[in-house]
Amino acid sequence: MSSTARIERDNAWPEISFEERIGTAEFRIHEKAHITVNGDSCRGCTTRECVVACPANLFVPTSDGGILFNYENCFECGTCYLVCNKEGAISWTYPEGGYGIVFHRT
Amino acid sequence: MMTSPTQHDADIIVVGAGPAGSCAAIAAARAGKSVILIERGPFPGSKNMYGGVVYPRILDELVPSWWETMPVQRWVVKRSTMLLSDSGALNIDFRANSWGAPPYNGATAYRPDFDNWLANHAVEAGARLVCSTTVTGLLRDSNGRIQGVSTDRPDGDLHAPIVIACDGVNSFLAKQSGLYPHTDASNFTLGVKETLALPKHVIDERFGVRDNLGVDIEILGGTSGVNGGGFIYTNLDTIALGVVLKLPKLAAQQKRPEQIIAELKRHPAIAPLIEGAEVKEYSAHVIPEAGLDMMPTMVADGMLVAGDAAAMCLAAGIWLEGVNFAMASGMYAGQAAAEAIAKNDVSSRGLSGYTDRLEKSFVLRDHRKLRKVPHLVLSDRVQHKYPAFVAGVVERVFRVDNPHPKPGVRRIVREERKKAGIGLLDLLRDGWTGMRGFG
Ligand SMILES: Cc1cc2nc3c(=O)[nH]c(=O)nc-3n(C[C@H](O)[C@H](O)[C@H](O)COP(=O)(O)OP(=O)(O)OC[C@H]3O[C@@H](n4cnc5c(N)ncnc54)[C@H](O)[C@@H]3O)c2cc1C
Ligand code: SF4
Ligand code: SF4
Repeated sequence: MSSTARIERDNAWPEISFEERIGTAEFRIHEKAHITVNGDSCRGCTTRECVVACPANLFVPTSDGGILFNYENCFECGTCYLVCNKEGAISWTYPEGGYGIVFHRT
Repeated sequence: MMTSPTQHDADIIVVGAGPAGSCAAIAAARAGKSVILIERGPFPGSKNMYGGVVYPRILDELVPSWWETMPVQRWVVKRSTMLLSDSGALNIDFRANSWGAPPYNGATAYRPDFDNWLANHAVEAGARLVCSTTVTGLLRDSNGRIQGVSTDRPDGDLHAPIVIACDGVNSFLAKQSGLYPHTDASNFTLGVKETLALPKHVIDERFGVRDNLGVDIEILGGTSGVNGGGFIYTNLDTIALGVVLKLPKLAAQQKRPEQIIAELKRHPAIAPLIEGAEVKEYSAHVIPEAGLDMMPTMVADGMLVAGDAAAMCLAAGIWLEGVNFAMASGMYAGQAAAEAIAKNDVSSRGLSGYTDRLEKSFVLRDHRKLRKVPHLVLSDRVQHKYPAFVAGVVERVFRVDNPHPKPGVRRIVREERKKAGIGLLDLLRDGWTGMRGFG
């Protein structure tokens, strides 16, 4: 084995899956969605900023050109409404008091 | 403007029990005013994440001997700035053993611990802390004067002549009051981080520290071409590793935040530090980055805005300080609000003691001094060209290429500058901005 290959092997270990990653955070889920996405606005959106930027990966493009959104594992960070440049596509609030993300060692 | 205390639930309502809100509540309660401190999380700190270092000297005034009770992970005695190119790294280290003894300098701490501790001081000072309650809007009388806040609790309206908005970077209150229409994505960065578990002795060995002493590493480069930076902080038995990413740049490319973290973790200068560590917690939060250029009006009739809600976080490359700016601005807001109640004038004029204090203190002075630095640090040249340029120069200065004789440094700099595609004028201009900005 060449020395470069050995260095690469030593430095690489499997990254955890996204599900495992999100599973490390605690979400107290309220039955009411605090963020809703207007599918009609998204259908005409070609830039799709939310898809790559949402740290919780909650915006999923569908085969018919829409966006599937689930509010449950949300960090409440605000990235989506800041990067989305379509007026009215995202309505964004905080969850009801006591619900949503709960950090522990952050 | 007169106040009518009889109909009020308190003199002052503070929204958000982060560092700004708790310090506002402590200061106002100490001045003898009745204070309600409202937090939407189940406990103070439960919604809050950051990189990892608090600089608490500003607490000398509010919590004497704070270091005796503060929930500290490690006292920072070593600060490093790391410049990463694709394959190399330049590390500038500074170690100060004096930072490991009172009155200290900075400490790593978990925000759920720290914020909870600070909010307890507000309670001890006499403030009423109400958790699990989201403030949904401002209450106004028929003349438009602020009268308090509405919340998501049944019959949850709370009345007070002064509201202090310490509700963080997405501040709905500042937006609703028209003070802060800040939704321009280019003023913000996204921070994502992993809390990585390793045995304490392994962290001690890898980072060259002992006991409860720790390290703070700021990283330039290594963010997969997205403008931003990285950080590594040592806690007792975890490492906080993360990146901050300029929002429009992140949104305009294909790599997701966790993939950018994964690439940073694989960099040959980083990988050995964290090898074998397990992800204990993944987290994300947005940072207001633009400093003075995005700050809102901070005083209105019956209302003050402090901390991240007023974009007071100082994010200038090797500095990522927000907690101390939040604590200071919160304290000044609490003091000014108490003063306004005492003189029975809650108009913006009556509350102007707040801006006076900000102007006289480090809060606005540091921001003014470093006004240009955030833009410089996040500029395309500094982000995409300088790390490789600097690493290239240093690599060639240290390279022993016998039998060739050593080339002159001036020649190396010229060649590497051209290789990196940096014009001489741009380099001089950035150097000048940097020197003026940091100096
Ligand atoms: C990735 C990252 C790294 C950072 N690194 C550092 C660092 O190393 N050192 C440092 O000093 N700073 C750092 N910062 C900045 C620092 O975290 C912030 O500047 C600081 O937390 C601001 O304090 P604050 O009290 O203004 O706001 P926050 O800490 O955001 O507190 C706001 C509070 O208000 C509550 N709230 C919000 N809306 C409502 C509502 N409607 N009703 C009721 N409650 C509400 C929230 O739950 C929260 O508790 C970092 C930030 C990030 C994101
Ligand atoms: S949420 Fe905004 S950015 Fe995302 S697809 Fe819809 S319109 Fe586009
Ligand atoms: S607030 Fe943050 S985590 Fe939640 S959906 Fe928007 S981008 Fe994703």
